Amino acid sequence: MANIMIRRSEEGRYIFYLPKRDLEDTIVSIQFDSAEKWGGEIRLANGGCYYIEPQPAPARFPCTLRAKRLDAPE
Amino acid sequence: MSTLTREQAEALIAEVLEVYPEKAAKDRRKHLAVNDRSIEQSKKCIAANRKSLPGVMTIRGCAYAGSKGVVWGPIKDMIHISHGPVGCGQYSRAGRRNYYIGTTGIDTFVEINFTSDFQERDIVFGGDKKLAKIIEEIEMLFPLNKGITVQSECPIGLIGDDIEAVARKASAQIGKPVVPVRCEGFRGVSQSLGHHIANDSIRDWIFERNAQDVKEPYEPGPYDIAIIGDYNIGGDAWSSRILLEEMGLRVVAQWSGDGTLSELEYTPKVKLNVLHCYRSMNYISRHMEEKFGIPWVEYNFFGPTKIAESLRKIASFFDSRIQENAERVIEKYKPMVDAVIAKYKPRLQGKKVMLYVGGLRPRHVIGAYEDLGMEVIGTGYEFAHNDDYDRTIKEMQDATLLYDDITGYEFEEFVKRIRPDLIGSGIKEKYIFQKMGIPFRQMHSWDYSGPYHGYDGFAIFARDMDMTLNNPCWSKMTPPWLKKEESLTAAKAA
Repeated sequence: MANIMIRRSEEGRYIFYLPKRDLEDTIVSIQFDSAEKWGGEIRLANGGCYYIEPQPAPARFPCTLRAKRLDAPE
Repeated sequence: MSTLTREQAEALIAEVLEVYPEKAAKDRRKHLAVNDRSIEQSKKCIAANRKSLPGVMTIRGCAYAGSKGVVWGPIKDMIHISHGPVGCGQYSRAGRRNYYIGTTGIDTFVEINFTSDFQERDIVFGGDKKLAKIIEEIEMLFPLNKGITVQSECPIGLIGDDIEAVARKASAQIGKPVVPVRCEGFRGVSQSLGHHIANDSIRDWIFERNAQDVKEPYEPGPYDIAIIGDYNIGGDAWSSRILLEEMGLRVVAQWSGDGTLSELEYTPKVKLNVLHCYRSMNYISRHMEEKFGIPWVEYNFFGPTKIAESLRKIASFFDSRIQENAERVIEKYKPMVDAVIAKYKPRLQGKKVMLYVGGLRPRHVIGAYEDLGMEVIGTGYEFAHNDDYDRTIKEMQDATLLYDDITGYEFEEFVKRIRPDLIGSGIKEKYIFQKMGIPFRQMHSWDYSGPYHGYDGFAIFARDMDMTLNNPCWSKMTPPWLKKEESLTAAKAA
């Protein structure tokens, strides 16, 4: 589990930031993306995959969350 | 020497690595790369922010250097105690030329070294009592200080002193912030972690305190911005600030060159953080974005092309009035910039530059050199992380060299083979390369010149580069007794 920060880019896409690894990347897909259920498996542009416990969508971005690494390139 | 092709560059790296033992060569190989602009993620070509190899000559600093020297040091109205043995503070004193306004020793303290001067006794019995006493004495001798930070040196962490407890107690006593910073030198691989620790201590000890206390009145305005990550080296922040103010923005805070404690405290109310040194202050910018909803934008004030780009980018966060002002500012300085380029470009055209600096300059100054018709053929950082290289790859031409935490030996070998026309690096490299007959500029301290930021800075930058490169001394590198016969006879005949 690692602390990650998710924010919105100017184009409205989600940006994933993992401070420990200086990893900043666009999120290409997110499993649940609605107001009441948000999170699940997220896929990054670099091919990495992380899991956020599904939860109500954060009220505002950026926000810090806990995420589990499922599969990351390296 | 012409520019290398990709194959030649690869071969050069392989050749330089040959002298190392196998294991060391394997490790160092990861830190040297030939730039390929098609790569999106620098991770694929270069390793960064790794521990330096024992035995090689690295020029990295320590976490204390990152916190005391870079982030906290320039905050002028606070006193920064180098807590530990005397050397760390004394030998790094005022070395970074962070300019500031104020009466030193009365209301500003940047150039003074405050230290707890640890002795054997303090290591054995702990230094907490001494620290409390020092804070008391500082309060008596320098009553106009606005706060105190405790910058830990290595022994503090090793003997396990509780500086936080001392700080809390002292803070309550004197009614000013006392910030303990756990930036012991052994933490992390370079000064980079010191930046992070210092950022976190601002977050935890200044912003937190700020939230509890009622502060002197400050009316936030719609055009408030904070300059983040400009350390005012040779006056850099000032020459940046005037451009932003000409645009109609109000610069509320300078982090941290010529900065004050109140400026730090006001920053959570600004509308935009403009971030120059991404490496050392992105942490606090990200924090402020999350906590206070302040967007941040990276900018680059080296060279007219990048300045215009950055001014437009900053203006895009505000209304049309600011955007028009930005265009007006760019227009206003155009004749001056054109004159500078017309004067110096013919003298500098086509010259090749190699850089090796820290923080932001290895990528930020590329634009300024290119504006003068020069070409950067190699660049590298002392303490960058991979996100810095992500940004660098796009700035550099293809098949140029990238080197991370380069060792003294590697740098010398690269220079011997490539023979660039100019090297920009620090004081530790300066005399090696000057003795090799290669013009050199210190790009940490601007070689005691500056400022280099902004349009005014660009004029100084161009002049300094010309002064160094076209200095007549470079034609005198061969002593008379080694000169070829013909040239001597020719000289006699004349």
